[in-house]
Order: sequence, then C-alpha cells, then structure tokens
Amino acid sequence: MLKLKSLDDFRTLQDRLRTGRDSDIPTIVIPAGTCGQASGASDIIRVAKREILAKELTGKVKLRITGCHGFCQIEPSVLIEPARTVYPNVGLKEMARIVEAVAKGEVLTDLLLKDPQTGEQIEKQDDLPFFSKQVRTLLDRNEKVDPIRVYNYLEHGGYSSLVKALDKRNPAWVIEQVKASGLRGRGGAGFPTGLKWEMLAKQPNGREKFLVCNADEGDPGAYMDRSVLEGNPHSIIEGMLIGAYGTGSKHGVIYVRNEYPLAIKHLIIALRQASELSLLGENILGTGFSFDIQIVRGAGAFVCGEETALIRSIEGKMGEPRQRPPFPIQKGIDGKPTAINNVETWANIPVIIDSEAEAFAKTGTKNNSGTKIFSLVGKIRNTGLVEVPMGITIEEIVYDIGGGPSGKAKIKAVQTGGPSGGCIPADKFDLAVDYDSLTEAGSIMGSGGMIVMDENTCMVDVAKYFMNFLKDESCGKCFTCRKGTQRMYEILDDISAGKGTPEHLDLLEELAVVVRDTTMCGLGQTAPNPVLSTLRYFRDEYLEHIENKRCPAGVCRELIHYSINENCVGCQACVKACPEGAITGEKKQPHTIDADKCIKCGACRSVCKFEAVDVT
Amino acid sequence: MINLVINGLNVSVEDGSTVLEAARFLGFSIPTLCHVDGLSPYGACRLCVVEIGEGPRAKLVSSCTYPAEEGLKVRTASARVIRARKMILELLLASCPQSKTIQDLAAAHDVRQQRFKQEYEDCILCGLCVRMCEEQMMAKAIGFRGRGEKRSIGTPFDIKSDVCRLCGACMYICPACQLRCTYNEPEKAICGACANLAPPCVEKDQFDDMMCYMDPCVACEIQKDK
Ligand SMILES: Cc1cc2nc3c(=O)[nH]c(=O)nc-3n(C[C@H](O)[C@H](O)[C@H](O)COP(=O)(O)O)c2cc1C
Ligand code: FES
Repeated sequence: MLKLKSLDDFRTLQDRLRTGRDSDIPTIVIPAGTCGQASGASDIIRVAKREILAKELTGKVKLRITGCHGFCQIEPSVLIEPARTVYPNVGLKEMARIVEAVAKGEVLTDLLLKDPQTGEQIEKQDDLPFFSKQVRTLLDRNEKVDPIRVYNYLEHGGYSSLVKALDKRNPAWVIEQVKASGLRGRGGAGFPTGLKWEMLAKQPNGREKFLVCNADEGDPGAYMDRSVLEGNPHSIIEGMLIGAYGTGSKHGVIYVRNEYPLAIKHLIIALRQASELSLLGENILGTGFSFDIQIVRGAGAFVCGEETALIRSIEGKMGEPRQRPPFPIQKGIDGKPTAINNVETWANIPVIIDSEAEAFAKTGTKNNSGTKIFSLVGKIRNTGLVEVPMGITIEEIVYDIGGGPSGKAKIKAVQTGGPSGGCIPADKFDLAVDYDSLTEAGSIMGSGGMIVMDENTCMVDVAKYFMNFLKDESCGKCFTCRKGTQRMYEILDDISAGKGTPEHLDLLEELAVVVRDTTMCGLGQTAPNPVLSTLRYFRDEYLEHIENKRCPAGVCRELIHYSINENCVGCQACVKACPEGAITGEKKQPHTIDADKCIKCGACRSVCKFEAVDVT
Repeated sequence: MINLVINGLNVSVEDGSTVLEAARFLGFSIPTLCHVDGLSPYGACRLCVVEIGEGPRAKLVSSCTYPAEEGLKVRTASARVIRARKMILELLLASCPQSKTIQDLAAAHDVRQQRFKQEYEDCILCGLCVRMCEEQMMAKAIGFRGRGEKRSIGTPFDIKSDVCRLCGACMYICPACQLRCTYNEPEKAICGACANLAPPCVEKDQFDDMMCYMDPCVACEIQKDK
C-alpha cells in the first residue's frame, strides 16, 4: 500500500478512488457479521462466488461482503445494488438463482418478503417498514463498506473528516464542534462528550494522555457495538484519531471483549491498513501529529465495562472499580489522564465533523441530539438493530419498526438499559426515548438494549433473571452489592416459588433502596432497577404470587399447573412430546395430564395446534 | 488546606485527607469495619457511608475512601445514613452472626431484627488480611479471586505460599474470625454475652469452611499432639 505523505496525497487518492468507481454495475451485497454468519451467510457467499466464476460473470456482477445491516431476523439476506432489491432468508439454491437473475437484471418475485398484514410483496429494502422508519446514519455505512477493504471506506468519504480536522490546524475547533453537536456518550450515562474532551484537553501538558474505546459490551441481548466494530472498524479509528487531535492525546486503547473474535479480527486488519497508509502512527499524513492505537482484550466480565474497572483491567490488574474522584480524566491508565468513550460515541465523531455540529444537532431533540442504535429483541415481530433519532417514542419503535407482537399475546412492557435497566409498561409507550425521560420513568438508556415482553412474560421472573445475572457479575468488592444482589435474588426466588410473604415485599424494597444508595460503582447503584421498576409498575403481579400463589403469566413453575381442555381432538402430538410420559389418552379421545408426573416443561403446549393445553 | 463542613461545623484538613479523617478530627464517630489506620483505604464494607451534597444531588459515599473536597457538605448521621447502616448490619448479621465485632456494632446501632435466611459464612471479604499481608508484612501471600458470589480470599491456586512467613497477621486483623463468638449452637449466636477470645481455629472441626492460610498452623499442630 502506498504511504500518504501529505493531506494533498490523501485527497488525490480519494478522488481517484471515487471517480474509478462504477456504481452502475449490479452488486450483490451480503451481510456477514457474526449474526449473518450464524444464520448461514458464509455458505451463501461461497455459492455466490462459485456461481459468478462458473457463469463467467466476473466484471458484470460484483460481490460485496459487509457487516450486519440490522434486520437480523431476515438473515441470511441479500441486497442487490443499485436496484436495492432485498431477498430475505436466502438458501443455497436460491442464491444460485439470484446470481443469475442479477446478471440478467431480473427480480425473483417468489423470493421477496411478504408484508405480514397486507400479504403484499415488498421488493425494495427502503420500502420495508422496518427500514423506512429509521434514521440510519451509522448503520447505513455498514451496508456500504466492506470492513476489510480500506479503499472501500475511503471511497465512501472515509477519513475525510480526519483530514478536514487536521486541515483546520486548530485542535480547539474539534472540541467546539463536538460540544456544539450536543453529542452525549452512548455508553449509558449520557455524559456530554465535548465536555469530557475539553476537560482532557485542559489537563497539564507534557503528561501523556490516553483515549479509550469501550467495546466491552456485556449487556445480555445487546450487540450494536459489535455490529459497528465488525461492519465499520475504520469509523472507530477515524473517530479516535479526531479525538486525539482535539485533546492532544498520544495513545489509544480499544478495549474489546474476547468473545467478539470477528470484531477483533476486523480491527486488527483495519489498524494495519491505517498504519500502512500513514493514517496512524508517527507523523500522520506529514502533519506532525502522532497517535497509536492498541487492542486490549477483555476477559468477559460485565463489570469491566465500568470505567475505573476497565482501567484496572487495561493495567493488567483485577477488574474492580475504585472510588471516584479522582476521575479517569485526572488519573486514568497508569495515573495518566484518560478519556473513555463508547464505540457508538466514537462512530458518531466522523459524522459530526463531516456534517458539522449544527447539522448533526438537527436530528433528535434539544438535549438529546443525534441517533441511537437499539437492539430490539424479545417477543416482537421484527428483531434486529434499529437506529432511530433520539426522542422517538417507544410506541413507534415497537409497533412501527418492530411490527408489534410476534405472537397472539399483547405486548406488556419493554425492558431498556440492559441488566440494570428497568421495565416500562405498555401504557407508558408514549414516552420519548432519551436519557432524561427514561431515567425519570425509573429505567435507563444504558447502551441500548430493548427487550420486548408480552403477557406470557412474568415480571417477577424477569427481575429474578436479571438479579441472577447481576449477582454473578458484581465484582464482589462492595459488601452491599455482592450480598445485596444475592439476597434480592433469594427473595425473588422465594416469591416465584410461592413462598413469599407481604413482609418479603417490604424487605425487598428496603434492601433495594439501600443497595442503590450505598454501593460505589454504577453496577451496584443501578442493580436494584429491575426490582424497583417492576415493583413500581407491576406490583399486582408480585401480590398475585404472594397472596394467591398464582403466576398470571404462567411462567413460575412452582405456581402453575398444566391441564388439557375441551379443544383437544386427541391428535397425540403432546403425548409424543412429553418427556416424562405424563400425558395419556386414546387417539381421537381427549387426553389428560398426570399432575404428579408433569415437570411443567411446556413441551405439550408448544406442540399443540388447537390451544388445548391450559396453564393456570 | 481544604475547608469543608461536617454536620454544620467548619473544619480545615490537610490535602489528601479523607472525609472519615476529617470527621474523626472533629470527634464525630463513624463506624468502620474494613478500615484500619495504617492500611490503605479500600471501601468494601460500606458501613462508613455518609451523605454528601444537597437536594436531589445528595448521595451516600464511603467516607473512608472519599477525599475531602473544598466546600463539601457532609452529614454523618442523617436518617438516610442510619437507615443504610442498619440494613448493612442486618445483612452482616445474616451472613456472619458469630463475629463479636459485628454483634457489637449491631447492638450499638440498635439493630433488633434479622429478616434474611440465616447463613454461617465466616468471611465478609473486607480485605483487611489481604492489605495487612501486602502492606505491613510485605508478603503478598494472599489475594482476592473470583467475582460476585464466587469471590474469595486465598493463596494462589490454594497451595502453600512460598512467601507466607506464618506471621498470623491476617488472623490478628480479621474482624470475623479473631473475635468470633464460639457459642456452640450457631443458631443462638446473637446472644451478645460472649467474649471468648480464643483463636477460632482450635475449633476448626466445627467450621469446616474456615479460612486459615497457615500451613503448618501452630494451633493445629498443638491439637495433633493431644
Ligand atoms: C456495570 C457497568 C457496565 C458498563 N458497561 C459498558 C459497556 O459494556 N460499554 C460501554 O460503552 N459502556 C459501559 N458502561 C459505561 C461506562 O462506564 C462509561 O460510562 C462509558 O463507556 C463512557 O462512554 P460514553 O461517554 O461514550 O458513554 C458500563 C458502566 C457500568 C457501571
Ligand atoms: S470502612 Fe469505609 S467502606 Fe468499610
């Protein structure tokens, strides 16, 4: 790769790449992030390559492998450019047909996605409600670039924000822009990024300063950071370079969890490419500005996402938070000033510099500018990553983009903010999604997990699930966090087993408040959220478990009974499905369940096509 | 010098002091469990919490680790603080009822109930032994491992440590085992009448999960001869 010696060298290369691009040649785009690969994208890529070679279509049909596009539910999917036709859930045979059709410029109507409501076929990706309601500033770029080809990134305007910043020859301009954009940290707390950088820039000169990209994403069910890292690693590197220039930092660290091997691989490739082009390292683009980035792999402890624990982990010590102040901005890695930002925050930086602060601030609301990526999962029709402007309502995300409930049961609540977030009930779905209103409603934005729950979800069970996670993931240093989460779990377990008393509820609430008050780091301070928010909005359900020993959602095993009603046609499906042989009955005769043998696994209910299995 | 206000009184302390030191300088007592002068502050037991700040921004912090800041307003015994301390003591009693230190603290704070399932753990993971071993004995023979429920203290890989000099300082400083109530019926351990200072390891059989890092241990060796 050629070394770029000046800003002009860079511009010449970028112009050449842009003019050399022929966007009229049909291109097959296959998303192959971890989610895509898990659903079989690697195989259809192989088929596509083989077909292109076998049919001698090289040069006539292009292929691009990218990161996740967001609509994970339809993966492995294929997008055809420039027509923007999208094919969902593509199999190996279909892939071969698609290659042929693309070469001929045809559309395979039998493979298109059907609108579940109208039954109409939808051809263009942008016409899918899942995509049309989003504002895809970051995710859009995932679609456009092949993460392991830096030229591809340059072609789409990559690194021109860095060059723009360097060309101003004024680091303070960068900080002003980020401040004016109103960008708030996407890692959870929503601290204004510009302010953080300003404080870092003001730290006494001569001391080495560190920038860290926090890619320790540990929330169960959340994977937006992974998708950005896998799909567009150069945007993180560019963001960090701009940040380094603005704050005068010399060293960068990307702290990424080891469970993200593809992200790490793409990052390593991207870092090497950037160094080779002289976009990273000493004397970047001949401007005298130097910055290096190193990857540190985390060992998968949730608490290492917390800033001070993360710093200790980078230093090679046990990941354990410490007292703040002193803040990392004053004393971070090896005692040097350190600013930590989330992956998505970094990815937003090139966007801000490129479009300039005012344009960026137009999206979203006053104190919450820009877009935010959520991972929308749970009992919802369209699952995947959605990028929406801040201030959008939960209703719009769940019904317009998510397409409503996946089954027949009504949606009851959404859980936001990861394990230490809270549940927001359906009657509050007009709530605007931003840092402040979510906090007010007793939840948090967190890093952007959004789990949709329907009436078959028991809120006591939900609280218990998260408490189980937290009691394992607490670092264990603060007595109230370690023992408090254990005790909260114990009480929730008792309630779900029908052993709860009204006094338990008081004790649970009292304990939750004390845990929130007395722990040192964010983990403990937010750990009671699942308990407090479910108690706030779903107290009835708790009382039902305690007073009537009933689980209304039919989840808590000790409190439910399976029985067969008059809908039974005697098809014997449940008899075969039952692992314990608890169901008896002749063919075409109503069946019965032996309560003593039943282990309440629910297998009968999931195979029954006649809704003949009741849970009470 | 740093000026701060504790319970309405002005106080000036040297740079680098903690809120706990400042409060003690004025004579306000704050209970502590994981703090001992001469060892670095750690902030694990949370018993020393005090309330700082005002209005909606008021919060509880551990005074043993929180640095005295200019203009800081501190309340060492507000209702919120007392409520938190009592709950912490209740939790401590629920896990480690046989420690004389914990019993005394609970009694002093008028803790009259213990509503959790009773456990008989010995270690509250306050980390005094770890810091004692490292900072005063310069041995670093023991340390923490694991997280959450699985956190514990021990020598690396639980094998005899080469750097351990059998000084016994870890046992000397331990608030849970050194002053353990040795009443023979653990169920009734919160009687408050017990002041038996014998080293607990003598009754090791009764407490099979007891933590002792000494190998060989003097007390065990004596018992063997009997
Ligand atoms: C228990 C805990 C876990 C966290 N996990 C993450 C994480 O996985 N990723 C992340 O970016 N921030 C995480 N954070 C938030 C970070 O501490 C920090 O606020 C954030 O990285 C700052 O970046 P930002 O200003 O860009 O949001 C976590 C915080 C806590 C208390
Ligand atoms: S004495 Fe301060 S936390 Fe233990």
